[in-house]
Amino acid sequence: MNKNEYDKMAEELKPQGHTMKNCFNAFLYGGIIGAIAQGVLELFMNIYHCSEKEATPMMIITLVFVACLLTGLGIYDNIAKNAGAGTFIPITGFANSMSSSALDSKSEGLIFGIGSNMFKLGGTVITYGIVSSSLLGVIRYVITLFW
Amino acid sequence: MSSRFFGNSCLIENVYIDSFGISAGVLEGEGPLKQYFDKIYEDHYCGEDSYEKGERKMMEDALEICLHKANKRDTDIDLYIGSDLLNQNVTFHYLTRNIPRPSFAVYGACSGFALSLALSSLLIDAQYQNNIMSLVSSHNATAERQYRFPVEYGIQKKDTTTFTATGAVATLLTNQKRDVRIESITLGRVIDYKQNDPNDMGRAMAPAAYDTIMTHFKDLNRGFDDYDLVVTGDLSDYGHNLLLKMFEEKRIYPKNYDDCGRILYDINNQEVFQGGSGCACSAMVTMGYLYNQLINRKMKRILVVSTGALLSPMMTFQKDTIPCIAHAISLEVDK
Repeated sequence: MNKNEYDKMAEELKPQGHTMKNCFNAFLYGGIIGAIAQGVLELFMNIYHCSEKEATPMMIITLVFVACLLTGLGIYDNIAKNAGAGTFIPITGFANSMSSSALDSKSEGLIFGIGSNMFKLGGTVITYGIVSSSLLGVIRYVITLFW
Repeated sequence: MSSRFFGNSCLIENVYIDSFGISAGVLEGEGPLKQYFDKIYEDHYCGEDSYEKGERKMMEDALEICLHKANKRDTDIDLYIGSDLLNQNVTFHYLTRNIPRPSFAVYGACSGFALSLALSSLLIDAQYQNNIMSLVSSHNATAERQYRFPVEYGIQKKDTTTFTATGAVATLLTNQKRDVRIESITLGRVIDYKQNDPNDMGRAMAPAAYDTIMTHFKDLNRGFDDYDLVVTGDLSDYGHNLLLKMFEEKRIYPKNYDDCGRILYDINNQEVFQGGSGCACSAMVTMGYLYNQLINRKMKRILVVSTGALLSPMMTFQKDTIPCIAHAISLEVDK
């Protein structure tokens, strides 16, 4: 049996995925997180009588804090295995990637453990976030020169 | 070619299983085989402060139980051969630093159990040593951390994923007559069917298992009928089905074939995806459940084919494929 025949056979027997269910769950959980975030935002705006612009960072910090706390308590990954992209895409996913990496590396100490491994997964987001925003900034600048 | 080897296989005449010790993790201790394990831990750290030390603790306890059952001290053992999944085989090496006897680790990924027993059998059968301790272990958290993602990382795993078993097994082989003996071994070849998904080990390893089983049958002129049971190490449910399909292509329809990853857990009710994997998976099933079947004469002869995916995250990120290997040992009980 060669590789192609094997691949064909393997594809036929592959366990059926749960794409529809996963999509629905992602939509549901993502939506719930969005709704909670909106609620927190409104709450901060009402309590501190501040504008939406001022309340947004406070809301984000709250969500990040809760995500980190749930990661530390070992709850976040249990939610995420059902929620999938629903918990992965919002800022909570980023918070989880950093806190789980930090937690994992705790045993190697503060410098070579937590310090150097915290961005193991999240580092990609930061690197390409900065690169792409710089590129877009340049493009925007060039466009405004002619418009 | 040596006169004692037939192809890649060798008949073993004078190697017996003296005793064994099995320590099991939390989930394994809740599984269908729990009554066969000597020690079951209540937490994933096994009372230590890191997962790696926890894995070492499991191996240490398995060794202690094994020695206690055999009524021996660690200095009575001629040689220690070990296998685990961690880089530099830290579990085995850090444990044996306290034992003033020769030791070496072998790496064959999850095939470590059959590999270390096969090597031990050859050394004992050739009369170089009288007794050899084989130690294998794997731990879900240490393996996830080294090969995949942080333990608490929230990610949806693929349906083809296998679950690394947490446990350690110590097996003492001897040249003194006992009930269960190692009857033959087949050393595997590295097989690469160009699979590159680290979350689909069953699919990568099935061809290696197929190769070793067919080689074993050809070398020793045997078939499935010569065994009460043929088990593969950790192909998972998907890999198990793939292997059956590969046999079907050759018009072989085995009824006595199963996979240890399916036996170790209740795969429908425990959250282990396609089933168990890891060095400990085939070791715990073989020395726990199957040894018990042999000793109670419910089975007479079994073939254990431990499968290993020689995966390196570095190589998969470099877009290379996953080579796999499988080693086989057959166990037989006295009549």
